[in-house]
Parts: sequence; C-alpha cells; structure tokens
Amino acid sequence: MTGPTNAGGTVPSKDGTALRGGSRATSRLSLRHSTPLIVTGALLVVLFIAALLRSGSMGITGQALLTGIISGGVYSLLAMGLTLVFGVLDIVNFAHGAFLAVGLYITYEVAHQAGLNPYIALPVAILGLFVLGVLIQLLLLNRTMGGTLERQLLITLGLSLLISNVLLLAFGGDPLSANLKSDPGVHVFGAVANLSRVIALGGALVLAVLVFLLLERTSFGRAIRAVAASRQGAGLVGIDVRLVYAVTFGLGTACAGAAGMLIAPFTTITPTAGDQFNILAFVVVVMGGLGNVMGAVISGVIVGLVEQLGGVAIAGQSPLLGVFILFLLILLIRPQGIFGAASS
Amino acid sequence: MSTALEVRDVSKSFRGVHALSEVEIDVAEGSIVGIIGPNGAGKTTFFNVIAGALRPDTGHVKLFGKDVSGMSPHRISRLGMARTFQLMRPFGSMTVRENVVAAALSRGGNHRSAHHHAHEVIEATGMAAWADMVSDSLHTAALKRLELARVLATRPRLLLLDEVLAGLVPAERAPVVDLLARLRESEGLTLVFVEHIMQAVMQLSDSVVVFDRGRVIASGEPAEVVADPTVVEAYLGQELPGA
Amino acid sequence: MTITTETRPGSAAVRNRRQSIQRSVVILVVITVLAAFAPALLPESSQTIAVRVLIFAIMAIGWNLMSGYGGMFSFGHAAFFGIGAYTDVYLLEHFGWSPWISLVVGAMLAALVAICIGYLAFRYKLRSAYFALATFAFAEMLRLLATNTSWVNGTTGFHVPLLPDNSWSMLQFAANAPQYYYIGLALVVICLLITMFYLRSRTGIHTVAVRDNEDAADALGVNVMRVKLTTMALSAAITSVAGMFYAQYFMFVDPDIAFGQAQSVQAIAPAVIGGVATLWGPLVGALILGPLSDLTAGWLRNPPAFLEFLSGRGGLDVVLYSILLIVIALVLPKGIVGSIRDWWKRR
Repeated sequence: MTGPTNAGGTVPSKDGTALRGGSRATSRLSLRHSTPLIVTGALLVVLFIAALLRSGSMGITGQALLTGIISGGVYSLLAMGLTLVFGVLDIVNFAHGAFLAVGLYITYEVAHQAGLNPYIALPVAILGLFVLGVLIQLLLLNRTMGGTLERQLLITLGLSLLISNVLLLAFGGDPLSANLKSDPGVHVFGAVANLSRVIALGGALVLAVLVFLLLERTSFGRAIRAVAASRQGAGLVGIDVRLVYAVTFGLGTACAGAAGMLIAPFTTITPTAGDQFNILAFVVVVMGGLGNVMGAVISGVIVGLVEQLGGVAIAGQSPLLGVFILFLLILLIRPQGIFGAASS
Repeated sequence: MSTALEVRDVSKSFRGVHALSEVEIDVAEGSIVGIIGPNGAGKTTFFNVIAGALRPDTGHVKLFGKDVSGMSPHRISRLGMARTFQLMRPFGSMTVRENVVAAALSRGGNHRSAHHHAHEVIEATGMAAWADMVSDSLHTAALKRLELARVLATRPRLLLLDEVLAGLVPAERAPVVDLLARLRESEGLTLVFVEHIMQAVMQLSDSVVVFDRGRVIASGEPAEVVADPTVVEAYLGQELPGA
Repeated sequence: MTITTETRPGSAAVRNRRQSIQRSVVILVVITVLAAFAPALLPESSQTIAVRVLIFAIMAIGWNLMSGYGGMFSFGHAAFFGIGAYTDVYLLEHFGWSPWISLVVGAMLAALVAICIGYLAFRYKLRSAYFALATFAFAEMLRLLATNTSWVNGTTGFHVPLLPDNSWSMLQFAANAPQYYYIGLALVVICLLITMFYLRSRTGIHTVAVRDNEDAADALGVNVMRVKLTTMALSAAITSVAGMFYAQYFMFVDPDIAFGQAQSVQAIAPAVIGGVATLWGPLVGALILGPLSDLTAGWLRNPPAFLEFLSGRGGLDVVLYSILLIVIALVLPKGIVGSIRDWWKRR
C-alpha cells in the first residue's frame, strides 16, 4: 500500500494487473516484499506446532504435512488457470470449479465406460476443456469484454450453474468414482500417500511448469503477456487480442480440466464436486495476488498446508474453516495478496 | 478579519515524488484567492489535501480555526468547506435536481427545505432548463455548472473550485462569475479557485497564489504576481495565458 | 447526443420523481389486489409455487437494495437468509418463541452481522470483485460453522414441530392453507413499501449517490460508511425475513439449505433477470423463476418424446434458469423491467 493509485482493495486497473512470471516474479520475492511471506511462513510454523500439540503425534502431523503439499500442488495448477484468466481478461471466472468437475466426469467416462486406465483421460481432459474454454470465450465472453466486472461475474456464475446441472442431468446426482485398479501406498519420510496422489502432485507440477514455460518462453506467451499489460498497446502492434483472449481462457479451463483429471482417482465424483475447489482456487488466487501466476503456484501449496494442518489443529471443525479465516484475513489486511497484484 | 483557511508546512509525496513541499497559505474570510501554475504544479493535489481526500505527510490545515488535517472529506465538508472536481463527478443516474437535492440533504434539514434550496440554487446557476434531465446525458459545460450547483447546495462558507470556468464558453462564464461575486457580497463566501483563464483570475481575485513543482513560488496582489520574474520563469517560454 | 438532449427538455432523459412514487404506490395496490385473488383462481397444488415465488421475491428485494441500488455486489446473501431461518427454528425449538418474534430477532441479528461484515470490508476499502468474494467467503464460513456446531444440530438441522391446529401466533397452518400465501404476500408488499420509502429518504438518496460516485458524495458531506452500512443492514434484514418464512413453510432447515451457495444465487438471479436497481425487477424475476422447478418436474414426469432420455433426472430447472441468467446478462443487462422502462421512454 505504497501509493494512492493502488491503495489496497480497489480492483487494480488494467495496467496494474499485468501477468507476473519469471524475472518479474523473482524480483517480487525480494526483501522489500518479503515481510508478508515471512508472516505466512511463521503462521505455517505455528499451525504445524499447534497441530503437533493437538494431536500429540508426529505421525499424524507429518501425514497432514504430506497431504497438504499434495493437495496444494493440485490447487496450484487449478489456481494458475484462474489467475491467468483474471490477469489477462479481467474476468473473475466463477465457473472454474465447474470446469474441474467436467474433468472429473471425462475421467469417469474413460475409466468406467471405456474401461481404460484413467490417466489416458489426461490429454482428453486438457484438449476437451481447452476447446470448451475457447468456444465459451469466443461465443459468450468476448461480447462483454470491457464490461462491468459484475456482468461477467454473473455470466460465469450462470455458466457454473449450467455446467453442474447439465452434469446432473447427464449423470445423475449419485456419487461416482474413477479409482485406479491398484493404488498402493507410497512411503515418504514416514508418511503414506496413495500412488494416485503422488502422481497428482507430480502431474500438477509438470503441467504448471509447462504452462509457465509457455507463458515465458514462447512467442504466444509473449503475446498473452503483452495483452495483459495493455490491451490497446497489444492491439496496436498487431496482436489479435480476441484470439489471445480465447486461447488464454482455453488455457485457464484446460488447467481446471487437468486438475480435475489428476484428482479424479481419489475424489468422489458428483456434479457439484467442483464447488469446493472453486472456493479454494479463489482463496489461492487472491492470496497470490490476482493475476500473479507465480504467486498462485506458491499460494496453492500454502493453502493446502493450512487446510491440512488447520484440520488437525482445530479438530471438530471443517478443515476448510481455517482456509476461510485465512482468506478473510488476507482480503481485509492485504487484498493485493502476499506477492502483490498491482505493479510496484 | 478572521482566517478561513490556514495551511502550514504541508507536504505530500507519492513514491518519492514531491507533489507538495512546505506549502503555507492563509486565506482571509470573505476573500477570493486565485491559484495558478503550470500543469503538474500540485494545484489539484493541494485541493485534495485540504479537502481531506489525501492525508498530508507533514504540516496541518486549519479551517475556520479548527485543525482538519487527516479528517475525512465528509466531516470537513460539514464544517463548511465544499469543493468541485476538475473532472466532473455527477451522480450519473440522477437528474440534475436530484443531484442538487442529494447535496442539500447532506446538510440536515427536511426534504421540503432541501427541495426549496435546491430550486433556488438551480435557478441561480442557470440550470433550470436541465433540472429534470438525467445527469449522465449532459454535456461538459452543463456538468461543470452542475458541479457548482451541487456544492452551492451545501451552503459552504469556503468554496474550492477546480477549473469550473475552463469548461464554459465566454458567454456562459459571465453569469457564473457574477454569481460568485454576489455570493461573496451577500453571504461572506470565501473562495479559493484554480483556474487557467487569467482574465477571470485577474477580474475575481483579491490575491493570487502561484504553484510550481509543488511549491508556492509567489503570492500577492494579482498585478504584482503576474509581474514577478520567478512567475514568468515558471511559465518559461510560455506567454502567461491570457495576461 | 449531448447537444440534442439540451434542446429537447421533454425527451427521454427527463424524469420526475414525485410522480413516480405515487405511480409506484398505485401499481403496488393494483398488484396486491390482483394477487389477493390468486388462491381463488389457481389450483390448490400450485400454492407451493406461489409461496416459492414470494420467498424468491423477498430475498431478491433485499439483495437488490444493497447490490442494485447500493452497488455493493453481494455474493453471500445466503448468510442473511440462513440467519433468519436458523434464528426462527432455534428459538422455536429451544424456547418455543413465536416466529413473529424470531422475525424481529433474526432481522436484527442479520443487520448486525451485515454491519460487522460491511464495516470490515469498507474499512479496508474492499470493492467490486473483492467485496463479492468476501461476502461469499463469509456465507461459506457460516455454512461450515453450522455444519460442525452441535448446538445447532450440525448437518442434521432442525424440523419445525407440527402443531395440532392452525395458529396465527405460531405461523403454522395446514399444508396448502391459503394463510401462508397471504402472509407471504403481505411480507412482499411490506418489503416493497420499505424499499420505496427508503429510496426516498435522505439515506436512500445518498445510497444511490454513493453508488454513482463515492468521492463526490464524500466531498459533499455524505457519511459514506454510515450510508453503506445502513443500506446493508436493511438489505440483510429483509433477506432474513425470507429465511424465517422459508423455515415456517417448508418446516425444515439444514446448513446447506440455509447457507448454501444456491441460496445466494436465488437472491441474485430474480433481481438480475427482472432488472437490477428497479423496484419491480425482483418481483418479475421471482415470477419467472419460482414456477420453473415445478414446471420442469412436471415435464420430466411425463416427458415429451424428445425429452424421454431425461425422465427421472433432476437439474433441468437450473439448466433453464442459468441459461436465462446468461442470456439476460449478455443481451439485456438492465433486465426485463429495466429494458422495458428504457424502451417505454425512448418510444
């Protein structure tokens, strides 16, 4: 909160939400901005100790730590897509969780109906949701670009309802599953995680790196970052802004679809399964700074840890409660996120 | 005569850029002070600081003897200060009359007296023809007048006008200038105004303050100030507009 | 455009507020009289639909006040609906209090909670999407708390105990008794009247002023924080009444029903479809959305040939209303009432 133009909380202007990645993201982690990060780190340590004291068992706490990192990795991938869409298109995409649910059902179809290994669904989910996202942006959202934030919020809210209820119509409301045929436990530093969860973490990290490289190292990534920095400017140098919008939205939904596929083997598949992840993705994105890709990746892991450690520390309440308390605290105290959304 | 506005040692910077440095100004009650200076000299920042929209880094602002530095805009407004915005900020969904009534209502009193007062102000500012039009549909000159009508509806004792005249064609300016002069006669209104139109500054002001790069570089009688070499230098190369 | 409006003082931009409130009251009286005959004309089985319309209307009227007229986009009105519903069932179960008392207690509680959320949010200058997310997070937090708190029965929720006889004081009647409808109608009329007169009041006028330009209102002496909090409190109180009435009519409340995301959507959708920041928008939207679920359920019970494959499935109603929501947001951002009003003026 260093100046009048981006005093915390006001939605940053277009030029204040330029995508952050690579060198700019690393400079963001410099000492000047590190105080909130230290506070967050301290909070995690406190949570860890609280969980340890509450449970009285290193085993339980270590398990929570491992589970937290695994779900955090998935949140990172999911939130990356959401923050990308916000940073480039200025759209608060409320349908992000619903796209994840589509990924879940695609995996279910592949695993159960076709009887194949669920991981074959990964390219299908990525490609399918990419196409779906591109179409939605081209047919619906491109018409309202530059409109009020509320209007787009309403459209994505409508989309979220539409998708989850189409899924309800098509598959019914009964919980489904897409388990692996064998899902052995893997031992990591004394804690145990199912193979599917380890694969989910690994897959999420690989995909996150790929998206990151796409943004940083390719000419299309440069075009996306140019549009994020300035719509008019990008248009002037000959970038097809509408195409960039469509592909970016597609990338965002593809992230959600991939995350959905990766968690499908250990998740109860229902039409509204995405809702909870929607909320979590927003927590991660706001924490990382709206539009800040690197911030989203790191915050994803933090949120995963807060959820799991908090779940042990405040036993008897939902693990999500700690996440929400954290969310409200961030919104109130540091709405630009730990790593900052507005330019410095 | 008592002091309406006392500004002492006010500084304000944004990220290391000094928008205002050690500004000191006194405005006597009932006087008219014109503020001039090149673009970016800090005139609007100055208004924002004394009206409470920005908090000064150092120094203090006294309004009718009361320290108002750091006070919120609405509290300062209720102490009798009103300001217009350089970029007009109408209540877009409301008609002109509703805009003015909304302003009048912020001063207490019942709806009847607010409507009555609004009617008077609308007549006086020559807005009657527009009174029932939605303000979003007005053109710039009418919006400038609406800004003026709205602040007058709050019955200010000290009025800060930010380039109200600049948007008006010369023929429209005269009645507004007359109105302000009359208000000063009849109600002892104190007026501080930022203006580029030198003719109006010379005609209206009792004294003139010149800003340059966040500092007050000259102040005094209009004729003296315009002749001041430092002022001429501040407008380096430029003819003093309209002088 | 700017020049022509000046020369046509009789054009679309002209408005006279004094006429408009008289007209609004007349319209309200006509609607009320017409609606009063509805139970005589409609089959008894449609009573649930009528009551649902009324509940939607109350929620949306509350939401519209804060988010439409006040410009503070709430995505968490379920919080206030749920507080109304839970206050009712809790006081009934533990103290046997009349729902009419709970209505007042619930409204006050909801207003208080709204003031707390609002104070924190505005103190830290949360706006737009951030504000919407904060309200959303708050409602979700209440849902999680209710789910895991034993003194409000956790996930089980509450049943309203059945009484042997009709009782006005306990707001309970035989199933399909017309009293429910008339009470709901009266509540809607009262909420609309409150909205009308609030918007005419000093604070109401300043609410719209703050929405249109906060800095200008502040500079003119409007206490922005007080105005926003007052509007939020009133909006929350109105929506809590819908919660109380819901609990009394459907006689069951659990954390998902009371605080779920769907409930927040049901406060938003009628207002958006009918017309944000219009007096009649929420009512019109509720009239469209209320019957939708029964209508589609009817279709799917005896599906026409092309819907055969959907027989026995749920979700079609929400599919239709989410499509409606998207279409309205895309092509009629002012909603049905707002668009008709504009067309009427331009004609």
